[in-house]
Amino acid sequence: MSRDPFDLVRARPEPGFTFDFDGAPVPALPGQTVAAALWASGRMSWRSTRVGGRPRGAFCGMGVCFDCLVVLDGRPNTRACLAPATPGAQATTQQGDGHDALR
Amino acid sequence: MTRSDDHPAPEPARLAERAGLADPVDPGGRADLAVVGAGPAGLAAAVTAADLGLRTVLLDAAPRPGGQFYRRPAPGLGARRPEALHHGWSAFANLALRLGRHTASGSVEHLAEHHVWSVRAVDGGWLLHALVGPEGGAAATVHAAAVLFATGAHERQLPFPGWTLPGVVGAGGAQAMLKAGLVLPGRRVVVAGSGPLLLAVAASLAEAGARVPLVAEAAGYGAYARGARTLAANPAKLAEGAGYGARLLRHRVPVRSRSAVVAAHGRERVEAVTVARLDRDWRPLPGSERRIACDAVATGYGLLPQLELPAELGCRTRTLPDGSPALEVDAEQRTSVAGVWAAGETTGVGGAALALAEGELAARSVAARLRGAHEAPSTQAALSASAALSVQAGPPAQAAPPAPAGPSVQAGPSLQAGLADAGHAADRVMVRRVRRLRAFADLMAAVHRPAVGWTGWLTDDTEICRCEEVTAAQVAEAVTELGAGDARTVKLLTRAGMGWCQGRMCGPAVARLAGADADPVGNRPLSCPVPLGLLARDGQ
Repeated sequence: MSRDPFDLVRARPEPGFTFDFDGAPVPALPGQTVAAALWASGRMSWRSTRVGGRPRGAFCGMGVCFDCLVVLDGRPNTRACLAPATPGAQATTQQGDGHDALR
Repeated sequence: MTRSDDHPAPEPARLAERAGLADPVDPGGRADLAVVGAGPAGLAAAVTAADLGLRTVLLDAAPRPGGQFYRRPAPGLGARRPEALHHGWSAFANLALRLGRHTASGSVEHLAEHHVWSVRAVDGGWLLHALVGPEGGAAATVHAAAVLFATGAHERQLPFPGWTLPGVVGAGGAQAMLKAGLVLPGRRVVVAGSGPLLLAVAASLAEAGARVPLVAEAAGYGAYARGARTLAANPAKLAEGAGYGARLLRHRVPVRSRSAVVAAHGRERVEAVTVARLDRDWRPLPGSERRIACDAVATGYGLLPQLELPAELGCRTRTLPDGSPALEVDAEQRTSVAGVWAAGETTGVGGAALALAEGELAARSVAARLRGAHEAPSTQAALSASAALSVQAGPPAQAAPPAPAGPSVQAGPSLQAGLADAGHAADRVMVRRVRRLRAFADLMAAVHRPAVGWTGWLTDDTEICRCEEVTAAQVAEAVTELGAGDARTVKLLTRAGMGWCQGRMCGPAVARLAGADADPVGNRPLSCPVPLGLLARDGQ
């Protein structure tokens, strides 16, 4: 019985790296999306909704639902389930529509 | 946003010929066939078309081919046994090999990370507009004589209290994140909803190390008995189902039919769910509730075809037994619009085996028709199977209403010889296989059709529209007090369906709450968000 997904597919990943999420380093592996790396670190939410201020994270996992929007390297409304994690990237929780800085 | 240089296109040299919306296309560079989507159907179609000598362009939004079904870990994750997460991996391995040969020889141009957002008739063919790169920062256009939609499906969701809590994810979403990123949504994952995907997802999650305390299937499996003949005709499908059952047994995953997650509980993320027994109409049975601790829920109520692009072209649709819309196609996968083919989930959700068969059949038809358009056919020897073996419930598609610019691909009976010439016996085998698998898909759809009682688990404050945060009470007010009789009116009154996802998540629920018994087709002029700068340039 597999202990984890890496065991199941006998993965030998290339060396990992970290990116920054809300000021904390998050480990990631080459080819993982921002959402996948956040899930692996136990984080399930990285957006606060516009109306109720409720936490949200990845839902559909394939770029359709737009629930997983994150501010990535200063770009709001980036779909974390599609955007690849890159070394040293800066991700922050998206507040509302992500354009507070413009107001 | 303007076209940026920080998203280099996968194939800069070829792209340079195609890019630039103001100066669209060199007519001489037109492809024979543009295939939209590189999942099972699109892959099968592209390699078959290239085998038959068609210059083929395969456009796909993802960085690597395979679609959702054959999603696999990125190369950097070094998976030495990716097939452990897949059913039918050898079929994909074979297609990937053939695609590689065809791209190397130039007979297929695979445009990865190209998200097609618009298709329109132009110069006797089709002009496809795509956004390029993961964030769609650049644009590309492709001109082709024929277009084949293999755009797949996304998950149908039915809301329940707490379904917006972090840790509640789509069943297909959990599967996609696992297949591609080797990650799990939690350690203890309740799987709930309806449809065969649930069993596949639960088996994958358990094999990847998650504990699955329950699979709650809203339908009753006993309903499959009504389709005994269809089951008997599809031994491979039966074996697939039995295989999932055996894998779930091995991991001690209990499957309970006529049950649903009727609420998820937690503050910052899901901590438990309430599961209830359902009656035949999916009404929760009072007193049957029990609470199950978990840190994630994977939920989904079947799949819905993604039809924005063909719907925008006016391709006719039909309604499947589960209420989902699908493109109407004839026995050789032609839609009601001349020059437009469709394969896979776009013609009705039916799984990978059906998608592979339809993709191949569609490509053979395209090859025959294009050849016929250039060489006058000598005979009217019809593909008699076309009418007699019509695989669809609806009437076979007739010659199309002419598209504005009139595609050069003819659709009339004078070209019936084409497909026959391409290999009569092989075609009949393909047509029969598609018909057999389609019958199984229709049986599955009938069994897992959402029944009316699901609204019994909604509370006033259950969010229906995740994007716009519209509650069940607001939707109910629009329907009962303001008289909204359809999803569109509900949207205008409440904003439900007006957000980022354009109703893909809440549409099925809103339509049903407004009195419909089927899913909306999802007419959207643009199939995905498009930067205004690109639209402005396109208009010039």
